[in-house]
Amino acid sequence: MRSAIGFAFAGFVFAALMGAAPAGAADTPNPPADAAAFKKFFTDKFPKVKLEDFVNGPYSMDEGLYRQWQEKEQFPPYEFSVDMGKEMFSKPFKNGKSYADCFPNQGIGVRQDYPTFDTKQGKVITLELALNQCREANGEPPFSYVRDEMAALTAYMAFTSRGKPFDIKIPDDPRALEAYQKGKEYFYTRRGQLNFSCATCHVQSPGERIRAEVLAPALGILNAMPIYRSEWSGMGTTSRRFTTCNSQIRGVPLNPQDDEYRDLEYYLSYVSNGLPISGPGARP
Amino acid sequence: MRRNSMRASILALLTALLLAGSASVLAANSEDDFKAAYAAAEAANKEAGAIRNQWTTTAATLAAAKKAAADGNFDSAVAASKEAEALAKASIFQATSEKTLWKDMEIR
Repeated sequence: MRSAIGFAFAGFVFAALMGAAPAGAADTPNPPADAAAFKKFFTDKFPKVKLEDFVNGPYSMDEGLYRQWQEKEQFPPYEFSVDMGKEMFSKPFKNGKSYADCFPNQGIGVRQDYPTFDTKQGKVITLELALNQCREANGEPPFSYVRDEMAALTAYMAFTSRGKPFDIKIPDDPRALEAYQKGKEYFYTRRGQLNFSCATCHVQSPGERIRAEVLAPALGILNAMPIYRSEWSGMGTTSRRFTTCNSQIRGVPLNPQDDEYRDLEYYLSYVSNGLPISGPGARP
Repeated sequence: MRRNSMRASILALLTALLLAGSASVLAANSEDDFKAAYAAAEAANKEAGAIRNQWTTTAATLAAAKKAAADGNFDSAVAASKEAEALAKASIFQATSEKTLWKDMEIR
């Protein structure tokens, strides 16, 4: 009798462990598996679109728009911003140092490595944040994350990195994995009175129209940043894009470069690893 | 006889209308009602802010309530405050339920 009870108890424990194992496994962050599933989802959904073309956003979804874009690229609307960024980048700070002193390879062709997780600071460092940290370390005031100066600097740095595949790394640090996971959670979480998540538009509905706009796929969506938007009649940084998305769904945006936005950028960039930098981009 | 009963009916009707009128005056909201309703709405919106999920419509409705109160229209001010509180509570519900629901949308 006692052995029967013991056997039954052992069976219960085994069953409980077996039941818990899949749930636990599903909740354990697995970035490489996420990235593979992400790419598979979009390439299955749009079998005619080449993997590297997803970085062209709505232009990869609509033939007419694609043709318009190719014509637009003859005289790119973001060119003024690249020129401005180049000039700003090469002008020394008051202390004689420059942006080049703050980045690997003097800041040329490094866009694909950002965001990065800084184990010393214990947080995600985006290119925009790295630029402002560079300024402040050299006695200069930080730029607004949503204005033309930041857009110009990142446009120039993206331009020098065109064609280089996103190469976002998650170091062996539990804080890095936590930041990645938080970014993923933010991406899929519904918010605002319209009850939309980032994924509502950019996973469930890419290629569909929302009013007059064609929605871009989430895969490769940051590869083209910063962007010239005809709707804005100007350049927009990643920070501007995130905050605007939030207010469009009637959510109060967070402050640019708050933890949530940097973690989101980390996640979205990581799952687009391998796709080429195409920024600065132009969007309707 | 008939005239007397008609007079009585008209009098009863007028009395009823007068009573109804005075009742609606009594039901009108005061500045204190507005202050209480606004404080409740503001507290709920603050709670939504603490969990990083405020809605722009809550802020706009709170502003409309304040404006109506400044214009002396406390009925509208109280109604807008109650609407703002409902919006803030909905945003709190959204943030709470999304703590687990977001996984339903995840690409796996």
